[in-house]
Amino acid sequence: MGPMRVMKILKCTKSVLPGFGPTMGYTLLYLSLVVLIPLSALLLKAAGLSWGEFLGAVAAPRVLASYRVTFGAALAAAGINAVFGVLVAWVLVRYPFPGKRLVDALVDLPFALPTAVAGITLATVYSANGWVGRHLEPHGIKVAFTPLGIVVAMTFIGLPFVVRTVQPVIEELDAEIEEAAACLGASRWQTFRRVLFPLLAPSVLTGFALAFARGVGEYGSIIFIAGNMPMVSEITPLIIITKLEQYDYAGATAVATVMLVASFVMLLVINMLQKWSRRYAE
Amino acid sequence: MSIEIENVTKQFNGFTALNDVSLTIPSGELVALLGPSGCGKTTLLRIIAGLESPDGGQILFNGENTTDRHVRERKVGFVFQHYALFRQMTVFDNVAFGLTVRPRSVRPSKGEIRDRVMGLLKLVQLDFLADRYPAQLSGGQRQRIALARALAVEPRVLLLDEPFGALDAQVRAELRRWLRRLHDEIHVTSVFVTHDQEEALEVADRIVVMNRGRVEQAGTPDQVYDQPANPFVLNFLGNVNLFHGRLQHGGIEPDSRNTVSYVRSHDIEIERTPQDSTALRAEVKHIQKLGPSVRVTLAVAGSGEFIEAELTRDTFQNIGLQQGESVYVRPRQVRTFVEDYQI
Repeated sequence: MGPMRVMKILKCTKSVLPGFGPTMGYTLLYLSLVVLIPLSALLLKAAGLSWGEFLGAVAAPRVLASYRVTFGAALAAAGINAVFGVLVAWVLVRYPFPGKRLVDALVDLPFALPTAVAGITLATVYSANGWVGRHLEPHGIKVAFTPLGIVVAMTFIGLPFVVRTVQPVIEELDAEIEEAAACLGASRWQTFRRVLFPLLAPSVLTGFALAFARGVGEYGSIIFIAGNMPMVSEITPLIIITKLEQYDYAGATAVATVMLVASFVMLLVINMLQKWSRRYAE
Repeated sequence: MSIEIENVTKQFNGFTALNDVSLTIPSGELVALLGPSGCGKTTLLRIIAGLESPDGGQILFNGENTTDRHVRERKVGFVFQHYALFRQMTVFDNVAFGLTVRPRSVRPSKGEIRDRVMGLLKLVQLDFLADRYPAQLSGGQRQRIALARALAVEPRVLLLDEPFGALDAQVRAELRRWLRRLHDEIHVTSVFVTHDQEEALEVADRIVVMNRGRVEQAGTPDQVYDQPANPFVLNFLGNVNLFHGRLQHGGIEPDSRNTVSYVRSHDIEIERTPQDSTALRAEVKHIQKLGPSVRVTLAVAGSGEFIEAELTRDTFQNIGLQQGESVYVRPRQVRTFVEDYQI
């Protein structure tokens, strides 16, 4: 698209939809104030480090382990949510049952609950003598104070994202395409896998990306259940806090920069996947 | 494959959609289910397909009871009004779908599927669109792809639910001629639902006129048009004038049995001087030109009843009718029914 064309489109937009100028101006202003300026300050601070110092801060074994724990657990949690979130959304849309509204409201609870409350509750329930942990302990499954606990906490806070992005898409699925598939001899599973799921996939990916991003950034609920053992169950946000408490601001921003870049790249990839999964829509 | 429908009943939340419907659809015919909306025609079609199960009665394919067979096992081709194409699949994959979901043991090879699909796309004259997505096609093209997809599984019967309902008038006329030719080529027993009497008369071998969950009349287009079994059928197939009484001695004479006379609007002759005693005096109230034909509204003298007459443009110009003029109308063909029937 040449610059002339862009000019033309901008001009057209202005004449048809009024208010382009001020709204775009405010959008840029807010994005700058709220997102871009703090982030560039972060990058600037990190840029104050020499290359060697930077590497030393972001590639220390304990920090590397924390990346693995954070991103690994966030991916696992987002994956779990992608599967069960679709299931929950499906049940909520397709089947009438008593208490449906209540269940629908429950889904949003992780949004509203203070993360610390969620963390303490989960840690209590899943600890060795908690309601659930008590029954898992004899089977050799430890949840609280292990990386598994981190996955549980991230799954909890990420659930609404998948459900809420997939739900409206399931609502809009046309019953006729399922009937068409059945007439053509497809089983229920084939219908789901080949006809319905590809239509849900973009929204599942969006939900997955949101849940993942939330998981990576989560701090409050995790520190209560993780046990925070260095090299085992220590998450990167905790490393950053620790560095800040030791007045190692440059080190903290260096680690933060790595997280920022990694998250951005992953979200970008997911976005591209999403675009690809909607290739038929043009 | 013949289809027998025996005493089928269906209710939805207390509303009777089908009331003891029995019908035989002979093998290889193209049959239209015709009726106003809500008459149960789509429900009947969906019951034949197995997408809906009847509350009572049974469906037989070639004498074999299929009432309890799942839609997957019935081997019917179903074409939906809004196409119901899989929009994430290319045209080719849409048509191939019914073949690729078969269990491995009965699935044709990749090459066979390819040949079959391309053959069907040629049959519907859209083989050049194989790699497109449905969103890139026009409505008429989508419906032809939907038809090719339904035919790919070699269905025993083909069922079409208002197949041209979502298309504009010209594409619609073109597609229905095309469907007729296609059926002459492949001869699969086909049933299509329509509320458009013109479509039914043009395309079908047999017409089943339905109303309020019942079959009013079933027969060839000529039978239902020329020998309507009751006022509903007469009224539904074409414009008709209704007189409460018998038409005789130049007037409308009511009788004790509530006789109602019906005259199709194109069966009315307009003349300046009465040819015989059946002519009624009337005043031209309104003239409306509709392309090749002209619709004239007349008020019958001394009765307050209105008549609609449909003339060809030529006839209209020959007479040279003017609004407000006093003329004679003479029905060419009158059908009388004794009123025990509500329309």
